[in-house]
Amino acid sequence: MLTQDASNKMENRAVSDRRKFILRMARSAGIAALGGFVWSAYVDEVTASQLLLRPPGAIKEEDFLSTCIKCGLCVEACPYHTLLLAKPGDNRPMGTPYFIPRDIPCYMCPDIPCVPICPSGALDESSVTTNGVLDINRAEMGLAVIDDESCIAFWGIQCDACYRACPLLGEAISVEYKKNERTGKHAYLTPVVHSDICTGCGLCEKACVTEKAAIFVLPKEVAMGRAGNYYIKGWDKGDEKRLENAKEIKTKTEISKDSAVDSLNSDSGDLY
Amino acid sequence: MKTLWNNYRYLILRRFTQLGLLLLYFGANAWGWNILMGNLSSSLFLGTVPLSDPYAALQMVAAGAVLATDIIVGALIITIFYLLIGGRAFCSWVCPVNLVTDAAAYLRRKIRVDDFAKKQPASRNMRYWVLALSLIISLMMGVAAFEFISPISMLHRGIAFGLGFGWASALIIFLFDLFVLKNGWCGHICPLGGFYSILGKVSLIRVHHTVENCTSCMKCKTVCPEQQVLHMIAKESADVLSGECTNCARCIEVCEDEALGFSIRKLVKNKKSGE
Repeated sequence: MLTQDASNKMENRAVSDRRKFILRMARSAGIAALGGFVWSAYVDEVTASQLLLRPPGAIKEEDFLSTCIKCGLCVEACPYHTLLLAKPGDNRPMGTPYFIPRDIPCYMCPDIPCVPICPSGALDESSVTTNGVLDINRAEMGLAVIDDESCIAFWGIQCDACYRACPLLGEAISVEYKKNERTGKHAYLTPVVHSDICTGCGLCEKACVTEKAAIFVLPKEVAMGRAGNYYIKGWDKGDEKRLENAKEIKTKTEISKDSAVDSLNSDSGDLY
Repeated sequence: MKTLWNNYRYLILRRFTQLGLLLLYFGANAWGWNILMGNLSSSLFLGTVPLSDPYAALQMVAAGAVLATDIIVGALIITIFYLLIGGRAFCSWVCPVNLVTDAAAYLRRKIRVDDFAKKQPASRNMRYWVLALSLIISLMMGVAAFEFISPISMLHRGIAFGLGFGWASALIIFLFDLFVLKNGWCGHICPLGGFYSILGKVSLIRVHHTVENCTSCMKCKTVCPEQQVLHMIAKESADVLSGECTNCARCIEVCEDEALGFSIRKLVKNKKSGE
């Protein structure tokens, strides 16, 4: 009788231990799922593509976010205090370097102190080097974009602040002459940015005289479109080269089964 | 005065290293000092030696980044350093969050929160789960996941580069540790602590307990932020071998019977005595 009782008790305990174990596992899984979900949602949100200007030599934004170790050495190396490290509350990927050209632009130091000091390779020295020598003119921090509605030069008022401020004077920004038809005797002298030269340093944005800058720097991917493989400058040998890597895109529909001639000769009903 | 030093010598030294390191990092950004530049994620010592957070490097690997030589060398230096002086020595001698959580633990003892909050609702193994989770999220999202939410970097970076809302994370941890969970952040959740705990399992410098001197006053256990590592107190003479011990040495200071002290772990086990 006594042994029976004892074995009963044993059994009870074993069952309850197993239950406890399963409950604990389920609870941990639940907490991990909840935490993991909130955590990844936050990370996803904060790393979503942003209008951020990175230091010179920065690799592609997606790779930059995984490679930058957020040490701030580039920020410390910058002699003009241009670079900032994103703080909590800045709503930017935390701890990564960026700059706001309207406050302090990049003055394009020839020795680029911010790049060689980077320990992680997020700022790539080779991308700002020509023939083994550091060359800040190769930097692609962004691209200056002009809002011709608010740019007073497009109104006919004479202003070449951005043109004068540009460190690549006459190359990255040139001035175009056009007759002012409204007065009939004046000229428009309007700035034009050349995307192949502009480094995105932002000296133009800093210099712009309007209340909110009419010329401003955007990340290159944001500021520029892409023609894709369907459109080629047939008269430009260089541009035709792009086709070498072009990929075929095939669209298959119901009428693709027939040859083109067949579908043209058949009833138009096929087409719809 | 002498007893004051005797009772708080390690605490004073720890605060000195913690604040000293913060000052060096702050000075590097504010006044251009070059003794220790950067921050706890990655630094440059004397302008030449790279130092990097091995846990951050691990997350970066999980995120699919190609590690630069400087980061690998820096992470190795730090790893070897903590293998020698005790994995979680980082936590109690370097980490700025320790200032916050120690303050919370002190206040918690003073206002006796534990008199009515006896049951600890959470497991200290949580940190290893958070550690695993951080690597999984890094893998999936392609970014070092913990580095984006780490209150350690927020606070530390904040002190060197401008705080922003970083103070809020410190306040949250303080209140959490004070009212919600004893040693909540450092002792339960922090995955960096978990990482260094694993490293500390094999590190050299350990606290040693001599049971012959022990009077079972249990002052060491009261003051210890990781009480479970002191399971041998008043039972047997042994090294504190758990990697979760932060080598903060508070137990050594509060012990009035010289039953605790630093020692170097015996690498080769004595077969006869089984030690």
